[in-house]
Amino acid sequence: MTEERLLEIKNLKKYFPVKAGVFRRTVAHVKAVDDISFHINKGETLGLVGESGCGKSTAGRTILRLLEATEGEITFEGQNLLELDKRELREMRKEMQIIFQDPYASLNPRMTVADIVGEPIDIHGLAANKKERNERVTEILDTVGLGTEYMKRYPHEFSGGQRQRIGVARALAVDPSLIIADEPVSALDVSIQAQVINLMQDLQKDFSLTYLFIAHDLSVVKHISDRVAVMYLGKLVEVADKQKLFDDPKHPYTQSLLSAIPVADPTYKSDRIILEGDVPSPVNPPSGCRFHPRCPYAMEICSEVEPEYKDYGEGHYAACHLLEQE
Amino acid sequence: MSKEKLIDVKNLATYFHTEEGTVKAVDGVSFEIYPGETLGVVGESGCGKSVTSLSIMRLIESPPGKIERGEIIFNNKDLTKSTQKDMRKIRGNDISMIFQEPMTSLNPVYTVGDQIMEAILIHKDVNKKQARQEAIDMLTKVGIPLPEQRVDEYPHQLSGGMRQRVMIAMALSCDPQLLIADEPTTALDVTIQAQILELMNGLKDQFGMAIMMITHDLGVIAEVSDRVAVMYAGKIVEYTDVETLYANPKHPYTWGLMHSIPHIEKDVDRLQAIPGSVPNPLDFPQGCKYNTRCPFATDKCREIEPEIEEIEEGHQVACWHVDKLEEAKAKEKKKKEKK
Repeated sequence: MTEERLLEIKNLKKYFPVKAGVFRRTVAHVKAVDDISFHINKGETLGLVGESGCGKSTAGRTILRLLEATEGEITFEGQNLLELDKRELREMRKEMQIIFQDPYASLNPRMTVADIVGEPIDIHGLAANKKERNERVTEILDTVGLGTEYMKRYPHEFSGGQRQRIGVARALAVDPSLIIADEPVSALDVSIQAQVINLMQDLQKDFSLTYLFIAHDLSVVKHISDRVAVMYLGKLVEVADKQKLFDDPKHPYTQSLLSAIPVADPTYKSDRIILEGDVPSPVNPPSGCRFHPRCPYAMEICSEVEPEYKDYGEGHYAACHLLEQE
Repeated sequence: MSKEKLIDVKNLATYFHTEEGTVKAVDGVSFEIYPGETLGVVGESGCGKSVTSLSIMRLIESPPGKIERGEIIFNNKDLTKSTQKDMRKIRGNDISMIFQEPMTSLNPVYTVGDQIMEAILIHKDVNKKQARQEAIDMLTKVGIPLPEQRVDEYPHQLSGGMRQRVMIAMALSCDPQLLIADEPTTALDVTIQAQILELMNGLKDQFGMAIMMITHDLGVIAEVSDRVAVMYAGKIVEYTDVETLYANPKHPYTWGLMHSIPHIEKDVDRLQAIPGSVPNPLDFPQGCKYNTRCPFATDKCREIEPEIEEIEEGHQVACWHVDKLEEAKAKEKKKKEKK
């Protein structure tokens, strides 16, 4: 298969300064994203999973330059996004859109649906006049399953699921090639999640979209993704084809994460690996492998040397000393 | 069954009388919990599962809320008729509750130890020193490292998982007969959720208490429950033991829910979403409340609301068309066999 890379991330870092004292001096850094590299092929869905505070959302936002990266390279369709000036970046944003988690907080309550969806069209000058713009808005709302009768309404008049459809419509309005979806279904009711997931899959087919799907729910990620990336404390620990990752997880963290998922079948007995303790603070992460204090297989080397993140065959990337010994 | 019921809820209805109209949050639910078992209550937001538990605890704010009818029999007493003074003796002592958000249910200005000791000092005849020792023992039991040190810390110094452990320690400090857990792991990460569920299961056996587990997560329900009540729009629509429910759901809503979630153990190309959304509680449809979203709905469903009935031993369902669902299931099975 010839796979064309749409997005390539190299050694991306995003540190937030911690300031203290009278002079607000920087005393430390929160290493939210600490040297991660991955790519997304055209037309595929890459699922990015991890627990709260692992840096997955920060990674998504840094890629779109909603947050400025500390270091690294973000190559999108052959261009390094970090080198673009403001005007060029705005141009480029037409190709990259984002859908947020909370459909209640991410829509302006004072704007009608027509204006919310129409705003990106105006900004990027995609419509010659008002009539053309409204036609385009109608078309997009129809695509996401909202009728034209909703155009003049305000966000509070919609249910959670409908609001997320508006969020999807807004992202779709500029005809992007990449959509970063940051926990797009986790705020929705169980019966509504499936509606939004199905919609996103249909749109992907119809508009040949590429998704970076950020979520903590592994069953949802398994359903929608082609490949999956697992983050822990600012680092990627494993990236692989979906089937390979779920059938043959290589990293101990991935293994315990998968075993922790409650399965909706009372007859199913899993060999659960219960992890000790909590995720450590990203301000002062553990030395060596960041997972070593919780890892059931930790060895001496794990607390001293950081394991190398590398390809263990057919695009199955992992960072673990156990694998290097094999 | 010869076992005696620990709590017997009969035809409970709790309404909220608001300016916009009456919200029938819980509208005639009946269930029972036996000593030492876990009853799972599953449903989506607004289905009345939390209001049911708050009604048992008599924590419904009145006005606007009111228990309209029904009985809650606990230890031969009807809790709906108990005075607030009696309830104070029961709460935290016989029945305890843990909530979803451990940060908002802990008081930020008191130490963890003070908060656990409060219940112990109210319900048990002990002095402060003994209470403190009991608090430390409880922290040990819920798996908090360095309990002697943690007992003097404040909630903000603890992580989310640790706070939920403190909540559990507090709830179990007086050895309750019933623990009501309202979405206890929803705010937690999966690896921490696994820790807490294992802890709760272990403590259940150790303390011999019953648990009422309220959640929207079908995975959590499958894992911890003995029997399950499925709620939709203020009613229990299906009620049976956990194996039967997952192997053979009889209500179209239960069946729909199970098809709409992605399963980690098996792959499907496309999820079968339930169309529409949960109806507005101020404006419930006439007849069966699920009729607006149900693929099997007929005129009868739109006119008359079905009562919950026992259709097989220990399996209660509120639906006019159980047979139609069976037909659909048979069709689905055939399709699978063809493949």
